[in-house]
Amino acid sequence: MTGPSQIRSAVRFVVWAFACAFFCPVPRAFAAAPLNYLTSAGDKADAVVPLTWGVIIISIAVVVIISLLVAGAIWRRPGIAPQPAGSKIAVDEETDGLSWIWIGVGISSLVLLFTVVWTMVVLAKVTSPATKPALTIEVTGRQWWWQVRYLSNGPSQVFFTANEIHIPAGQPVEFKLVGGDVIHSFWFPALGGKTDAIPGQTNETWLEAHKPGIYNGQCTEYCGLQHAKMGMLLIAQTPRDFAAWRAHQLQSPARPASGGQWAGLANFTTHCGSCHAVRGTDAAGSLGPDLSHLMQRHTIAAGILPNDPQNLDRWISDPQAIKPGALMQKPELSANERASIISYLETLN
Amino acid sequence: MTITDYERVPTVSTGQNEALAEKLRKLWETEPGIAGFFSTVDHKKIGIRYIITAFAFLIAGGLEAAVMRWQLAWPGQHALTPEQYNQLFSTHGMTMIFLYAGPVLSGFSNYLWPLLLGARDMALPRLNALSYWIYLCAGIFLYAAFAFGFGPNDGWFNYVPLAARAYNAGPNIDFYALGMILLGISTTVGSINFVVTFMRMRAPGMSINRVPILIWGTLTASAANIFAIPAVSLAFFLLWMDRNVGTHFFDVPTGGSAMLWQHLFWMFGHPWVYAIVLPAMGMVSDGLPVFCRRPLVGYTVVALATVATMVLGFGVWVHHMFATGLPNISLSFFSAASIIIAVPSSVGVFAWIATIWTGRPVFTTAFMFFASFIVLFVMGGVSGFMTGSVPVDWQLTDTYFVVAHLHYVLIGINVFPVVGGIYFWFPKFTGRMMDERLGRWNFWTMFIGFNLGFFPMHISGLLGMPRRVYTYADGMGWDWLNLITTIGSYVFALGVLLFLINVWKSYRRGAPAGDNPWDAPTLEWATTSPPPPYNFVVIPTIASRHPLWEDRLQQHEGEGSHVGAGLALDHGREAIGTSSLDATPDIILRMPKDSYAPLILALAATLFFAGLAFHAWWLAALGALAAGIDIIGWLWPERTLGETREPAING
Amino acid sequence: MADRISIETALPVGAIDTRASGWWAMIFVIFTEAALFAYLLFSYYYIAVQPHAPHTFPEGGLPDLKLALPNTIILLLSSGAVAWAQFNIEKNDKRHLVWGLGIAAVLGMIFLVIQYFEWAAKPFGLASSPYSSLYFTVTGFHMAHVVVGVIMLWALFAWSAMGYFNRVRYAHIHIGALYWHFVDAVWLVVFFTFYVTPYLGLRT
Repeated sequence: MTGPSQIRSAVRFVVWAFACAFFCPVPRAFAAAPLNYLTSAGDKADAVVPLTWGVIIISIAVVVIISLLVAGAIWRRPGIAPQPAGSKIAVDEETDGLSWIWIGVGISSLVLLFTVVWTMVVLAKVTSPATKPALTIEVTGRQWWWQVRYLSNGPSQVFFTANEIHIPAGQPVEFKLVGGDVIHSFWFPALGGKTDAIPGQTNETWLEAHKPGIYNGQCTEYCGLQHAKMGMLLIAQTPRDFAAWRAHQLQSPARPASGGQWAGLANFTTHCGSCHAVRGTDAAGSLGPDLSHLMQRHTIAAGILPNDPQNLDRWISDPQAIKPGALMQKPELSANERASIISYLETLN
Repeated sequence: MTITDYERVPTVSTGQNEALAEKLRKLWETEPGIAGFFSTVDHKKIGIRYIITAFAFLIAGGLEAAVMRWQLAWPGQHALTPEQYNQLFSTHGMTMIFLYAGPVLSGFSNYLWPLLLGARDMALPRLNALSYWIYLCAGIFLYAAFAFGFGPNDGWFNYVPLAARAYNAGPNIDFYALGMILLGISTTVGSINFVVTFMRMRAPGMSINRVPILIWGTLTASAANIFAIPAVSLAFFLLWMDRNVGTHFFDVPTGGSAMLWQHLFWMFGHPWVYAIVLPAMGMVSDGLPVFCRRPLVGYTVVALATVATMVLGFGVWVHHMFATGLPNISLSFFSAASIIIAVPSSVGVFAWIATIWTGRPVFTTAFMFFASFIVLFVMGGVSGFMTGSVPVDWQLTDTYFVVAHLHYVLIGINVFPVVGGIYFWFPKFTGRMMDERLGRWNFWTMFIGFNLGFFPMHISGLLGMPRRVYTYADGMGWDWLNLITTIGSYVFALGVLLFLINVWKSYRRGAPAGDNPWDAPTLEWATTSPPPPYNFVVIPTIASRHPLWEDRLQQHEGEGSHVGAGLALDHGREAIGTSSLDATPDIILRMPKDSYAPLILALAATLFFAGLAFHAWWLAALGALAAGIDIIGWLWPERTLGETREPAING
Repeated sequence: MADRISIETALPVGAIDTRASGWWAMIFVIFTEAALFAYLLFSYYYIAVQPHAPHTFPEGGLPDLKLALPNTIILLLSSGAVAWAQFNIEKNDKRHLVWGLGIAAVLGMIFLVIQYFEWAAKPFGLASSPYSSLYFTVTGFHMAHVVVGVIMLWALFAWSAMGYFNRVRYAHIHIGALYWHFVDAVWLVVFFTFYVTPYLGLRT
């Protein structure tokens, strides 16, 4: 028979275990969890993180208080051992206890109301940035990668990239989000919350990063087989570096230098060019990522592999082995053709 | 037995009348054997079937979860292919939400309602049987598809365009859509039956302020279902049309809308969340006070809060869509509503705590499940409150934080009260007590396993782990949390196994229970355990909320309730119909015999939907024809039901 | 003890007027059906007001009222015939009960036939566009209800002709009538949505 003392110690254990589980590993965990959103690296997240912590603390306080009240209620009066079946046990006529409801609900309502107000204040704050964004980037979610288009009034200033978004640090940037096929969700937790990319509508959001750095992003609306492997990176640069990067993106990549690379370009155009594009070549497909400056990217296949020749080779050999279901089929390539394509791709700086 | 009366003064008897009991037994008893099995309309048999079937689905859904947790225990696992994982998580959600959580509560309510209300059966016994048979058929329909590898694979929420033909060419979604429409029929007719039973079948004197809270919970859930189910059935039907006959409801390129699906789905989805917790909360509100040896604190407020929660529950569906780019004005409204809905929910919490605080708790296993439920309820509640705040939700949504939240809601507020409810009502169901010692092991294993398994999901969510991923990379900071989650969920599963062992053991060898082993106050404990087919020898007359505690409480009006004497109603299967508010008798209702019509209609409906699924239009037509004939036969006016005039007395 | 709770007055036995369980069940069936049509019309208005959507509402220009308006009146008359049948059975007039139900059923069938021509005259099919899908689905849902209602009216007609009902036992008539009146009322809303709102300005 479990008595009140056992329940008491059990409740204490549970509360203590929760507190430990929650607080102790937190600082270590932050550093090791690139998608956490309890720390902030930009204006938008700055406004939200205190509210996030606020509601977390309120919630923990409520759970602790209620747990203590339940525990207190249980051990307050010695329990009666269960009686033999069928015998009559005393029943209390007490009619009090209603004040619990009035006081409890009253305090709860105040806390809830306070949270509503706080929510509205933060909502108003994050709706639009303090200064008007100078840069607009269109991001299209596709199964299972991100197409990125830098918009500009001059058509010659527009260019495509994929899965990695460069922005100038310290400046708000506007994003136009489109669902290219199904619904995806655009999320850089260190900088701000999610916005869905939905077919048939263009959603707008903005982000700002205080400091140059690399921030992880992820698709967070379930979008089919490889939803799990639809990451992306946001690279904040000093405005000067960003301007240089942008100017470089508008250039065509340097022409191949060796015969092997020329052969690679030919093979690339034949085997890859109907889906992928490289500026200044005959490869102009738009079903897959634009590869014009591939070698400047940190990762391939939507953030799942570091971008190096070995991984490129693995990927091209059999994308389905790495990302089963990916829309890129296994190309029909000889080992030589593949090697030549990779040697060409390595020139795409 | 001929009926020659249009009206009659009902006779009165005592409950000790053996001859009357024998006569009633003959009238109400289900035929033994196969025939009775398929034709019974006894709410107790149907209720038990509901509970057993729902638990079978709970086990199936649990096994699916166990496989998924194996995949997620470590980063980069490939035990499952992405397609297998996606079907598993979708089927797991569908199973737990639609085939377990709702039906198990229907099972309890089916079994308990007429007993709690002092009635001989539900208002519409054949509809009750129909509701169960369709539920069973829909469950088999959905699981048959899963068994052949065509289970749903776009999540239980099944967003378009991912679920449209263009992105999901297989038959998976067609089966899911049609199965859900079929299941919706079951839920709808079941809900109608509960509402009508509430309106018409309460024992004389059981005015609406004297019904147990479970009745309020199921009533509000049922009323909500009546208005909410058509939204999801329609959504699935429109999707099926889009996929099979080329309509354009959700077809974005031609002007359809992807968001229409989300609106229709969540207009149903959110009320449904309340529909699958409010009856469970009602079970706690009725069960907990028994073990605190005092009436529930704040009955009226709790009943009103139940209704208020449901009403507000219709106004918060958009909080599932905060990230879809809606204008700030609607975000603000739905955010405020989603936070404020915690007010009526908190009423229950403080009423339960006050009941324990001012009572004298008896430590039974059922009590431990009910008391621990309060804490789990609050944990599920505060995480819901967090997601109600729009800017925070933009971070929380679609991460494991929400997975943690919904499992605290569904396991904490549904499974814990249900298991506690089984410990509480098992003696009534079977006439035997459950093993308390094994019960302690059962409780602690489930409670520790659950929190060990699901609490860390909050943290993995805060650390950014997205939902619905079949695997995750190393180095994201989620590894150890996922390992703990997997271990915890297996401990929890072990707890459920201990529960099943206890049920089996107690069913075979439990101590005899007697009529009222807990000395509980409500009417189900006034009859034998298990109750006879006719529930009560005489229909009780009610003067308070606690008819069996009136000797110790001074709350009844006048001379008090009469449980041992009352209306006999023995001219065939009869029940007393009472007015909706005050429960004044206004008619003697004639109740139907056992019937095959519900089973045949369920099979015909299933045939119809199977025909649609396989594009075998002749099969669908056959099903529709069979259903039509069955319904006409079912509704054919019967003299014994008092539906046709008496040839003898023409006029 | 038993004598203290005896009921002195006689209670009616069986299925009587609005005290029959079936009558209450029909009320809630109607609630859920009304909700279904509310969601259908929500879908219509939701898609109709989508900005920038590449569709025209209503497709094929303003809808022609030539058949739809008279047909609406036919359905209303049918409801009137059922009400007349209800009135007659309460007076124990079984012959006119049968007549009322028969007239209502025939009017219901005429509605279906005219509705068929209305459909056939449309220049678009179910799969042409979002508007056409909505038009045929919503009116089709209503048609299905009319079909069920007509079958029900013929069943009631047959049962009445067989002399099943009298001024006490007529719950079936009341329950069926409730459904039929609902089917008519829903048509008014459907009619308003598809045939009237375009004239009031809801068009693109």
